[in-house]
Amino acid sequence: MSTATDARTVPATSQLATFWLDGDLYGVEVEHVQEVLRSQSITRVPLAPPAVAGLINLRGQVVTAIELRERLGRPARPQGTEAVVIVVRLHGEAVSLLVDSIADVVDVDVRDFEAPPDTLDGAARELIRGAYKLSGQLLLALDVNRAVGT
Amino acid sequence: MEGLDDIVEEFLVESHENLDQLDQDLVALEQDPRSRDRLSSVFRTIHTIKGTSGFLAFNRLEEVAHVGENLLSRLRDGALDLTPARTSALLQMTDTIRSLLAEIEASGGEGSVAVAETVSVLASALEDTPAASAPAPDAAPAEPAVEAPVVAAAEPAKAAEPAVPAPAPVKKPAAKRAPAKRASRAKAAVPAPAPVPAVEQIAAPTPPAAAPAPRAEIPQSEIPQEVAVPSVPAALAPEPGTPEAQPKGRGVADSTIRVDVDLLDNLMLLVGELVLTRNQIVQYVGRQNDQDLIRASQRLNLIASELQESAMKTRMQPIDHIWSKLPRVVRDLGLQLQKNIRLEMEGKDTELDKTLLEAVKDPLTHLVRNSVDHGIEDTAGRIAAGKPAEGVLTLRSRHESGQVVVEVADDGAGIDPVKIGNKAVEKGIITADAMSRMSPQDLLQLIFQPGFSTAAAVTNVSGRGVGMDVVKTNIEGIGGTIEVESVAGRGTCMRLRIPLTLAIVPALTIECAGDRYAIPQISLQELVALDAEKAAAAVEEVGGASVYRLRGELLPLVHLAEVLGLPSDRHDGHVVIAVLRSEGRRFGLVVDRVINTEEIVVKAVSGQLKSIGLYSGATVLGDGAVALILDVQALARRALRAESAERQESRVAASIAVAAQERQRMLLAAIGGGRRVAIPLDTVTRLEQVRSETVERVGSREVVQYRGAILPIVRLDRHLGAFGETDRETLEVIVYADHGRSVAIVVDEILDIVDGEAAVQSDIDDLGLLGSAVIGDRVTELLDVRAAILAADPAFYTTAPPALSSPDAFAFDGAGSPAPLMEV
Repeated sequence: MSTATDARTVPATSQLATFWLDGDLYGVEVEHVQEVLRSQSITRVPLAPPAVAGLINLRGQVVTAIELRERLGRPARPQGTEAVVIVVRLHGEAVSLLVDSIADVVDVDVRDFEAPPDTLDGAARELIRGAYKLSGQLLLALDVNRAVGT
Repeated sequence: MEGLDDIVEEFLVESHENLDQLDQDLVALEQDPRSRDRLSSVFRTIHTIKGTSGFLAFNRLEEVAHVGENLLSRLRDGALDLTPARTSALLQMTDTIRSLLAEIEASGGEGSVAVAETVSVLASALEDTPAASAPAPDAAPAEPAVEAPVVAAAEPAKAAEPAVPAPAPVKKPAAKRAPAKRASRAKAAVPAPAPVPAVEQIAAPTPPAAAPAPRAEIPQSEIPQEVAVPSVPAALAPEPGTPEAQPKGRGVADSTIRVDVDLLDNLMLLVGELVLTRNQIVQYVGRQNDQDLIRASQRLNLIASELQESAMKTRMQPIDHIWSKLPRVVRDLGLQLQKNIRLEMEGKDTELDKTLLEAVKDPLTHLVRNSVDHGIEDTAGRIAAGKPAEGVLTLRSRHESGQVVVEVADDGAGIDPVKIGNKAVEKGIITADAMSRMSPQDLLQLIFQPGFSTAAAVTNVSGRGVGMDVVKTNIEGIGGTIEVESVAGRGTCMRLRIPLTLAIVPALTIECAGDRYAIPQISLQELVALDAEKAAAAVEEVGGASVYRLRGELLPLVHLAEVLGLPSDRHDGHVVIAVLRSEGRRFGLVVDRVINTEEIVVKAVSGQLKSIGLYSGATVLGDGAVALILDVQALARRALRAESAERQESRVAASIAVAAQERQRMLLAAIGGGRRVAIPLDTVTRLEQVRSETVERVGSREVVQYRGAILPIVRLDRHLGAFGETDRETLEVIVYADHGRSVAIVVDEILDIVDGEAAVQSDIDDLGLLGSAVIGDRVTELLDVRAAILAADPAFYTTAPPALSSPDAFAFDGAGSPAPLMEV
């Protein structure tokens, strides 16, 4: 999936950590991503906004988990499939995103960038900066700051 | 050292530190005699010592420091140059000061440490020509006991060159050891005799120690150390006196160390994590059979607890730190207000975390000012009230179940809850209706409501009020609570409960709907567990809210599952109640089960979770799971407010259209003759029992005195033409209150509370009834509450707009057809 072996010669590139969510490929800037975890037990928070899946214990630190499917207005994750937790660090604070599965780190070129496709509906549109046209696949760039700001 | 008070001790610690710096500065000055920074630093040190010693009446210390200061100020101003001789003189001064400090530390006084020769050396150093031979004889007659050291000192001073490397190494350890020895001796024995041996030693060992040394070697370069010689006698002096005393105790300077608070915070944080990990390990090991592992974990458990305690202690300070300035506040304010007030303090040495102490300082001062200003009456008022002219303000603090309780109590006029209530109604903080239902204790807590505190409240109401909400906010900000107790005419007591520390809190872990939550123990009063049978009997429903009679007192219950909007997974009818206290009032939190108590480390949660207003934070439990910490204050506010809002809503809904009401809860009562009457529950304010003999008559009406008001009574059996037992000792009374008026409806027996939904209704009715229904397989009459109330108090609705009161919903609409009470 990697597009840029010659990434260094092209100035306007960045690295996105990508993941799958309801059949779509999304990406967040690599520098935001702190770590990726699997099978975390999540403590639910009654009366919290629906997108707050709960709290997880990250080595003694309590971190809020955001259900990205809910955030993006997608149907709930099917029963029996486990979410993957992406821990992102924003303004010094750790927040985690629940996604379906994790994919590669991709170098993207700004020339492949386009505004969000018109087909995206309202809720998601707010959170998507745009799309990178990869070969055979669209990569949706997630605005992390907005995504966690429930 | 017990004899030393704090000021002296602080002075000693500070001076020892400064002197160490001074030594360095003076030596460095030798290399760079023109460094004004260093000179200024040295000058400041000596100046401070001089000032403080004068203040503490250590005259000899002051004398030495004074001469030294003179010399230093001239050096600093450039009037004199720093010659080696002057450096020597200054170092000698340092040593003399050290000896004096050591003596002060050991005996509390200056003892008989000689200063005259040092003074003379310094004085001669002030002269332009370093001819010290003149002062020496001066000093000698003045202080014959120290003749030998004087000569030794005078010699190097005069010659300026003879340097003595040998004593140098001696001097440092000696000086360092000296306080240690003295301290140990001071601890071991009575401090008073200490100076005596010390004096004797001065003359004797000095010549051998000091005199021969200077002649041993004479290198030129070691000038600064030379001055050590004269000091040696003083420093060494105590040593022979206590040769057997091993340095087991530490001196003031050695026994304390200044540490950055950030470092302590970090330490505390780490200890917190350790405690969590300990919890996890202990829990895990509890399931194992390995004896060695169990022993090791027990040991870990113990050590971690001790470490936690020690780490906490590093941040602890006695509350006296903030109390000490209050006598002045009380005195000044008392004088200004012309009140005679005595301040008493109990539990001065109760310790709490430094940051908490800082946070409590202002609220506490505020409370004290308030008590002086509004709590205690003026002298004339007190005498009129038959009290001693002198008012007493008492500060108390103590440790109580892991918290610090601080009380500010006065013996003043107290606060009248009714006045507070009226004021609150006037200000729109509560409704008159709500006020009539509140207990005096609850009414008092209104003074902490924002908006209550205005200047007007202070003059109109006999009590406090200025910024009480701010005090409360501040105290709650550090996880504490505040409440007020008052007896009119006898005084008022403000009680603060403050956690010992913020980082680690003892908490109760409970389970609700399959999740665990932590409740800080500071709010927890007791736990009540009821089995199904008991719960059915003891948990009652009044006006849509469930209550439990806890030792005769009604305890409003809040169902945590309902608050959280989750289904409780307790289906066996057992009820577990955590009795919590918030803002001076109690409520019961119904949870599914209690798990245990645990020390938890509070972790902040993100703003969006905090804004839910139910959680004060989160923590990691022993098994690594995250648990939310319930914010008891917010919970109480939310639940108790929501409840009254619900009740109001139901009233409004009822008045708009009864048909719209989905569920109507009914109170079932027997009225004699086998008849059962159903009364809509939201018209019930309170259930009471009244003794028959307290019923009095006003004209043809029966009344009873109730909460300081006259409550008209209607006997439902007579009202409805039934014949109940009339000779009962106690009457079951249903109190209905609205717009400040109340009536009491007497029934034979309270039977049950049912959901009206399930009932079948018919319009067979009679006087005073709306109709009848089948409830619980029995025909039950539906009471026309409005008619019943009017029978008791014909004026009941004339003073209040009837459209807003719920009984209206059940009124006839003209033709006698009852309102469709339970239409689906």
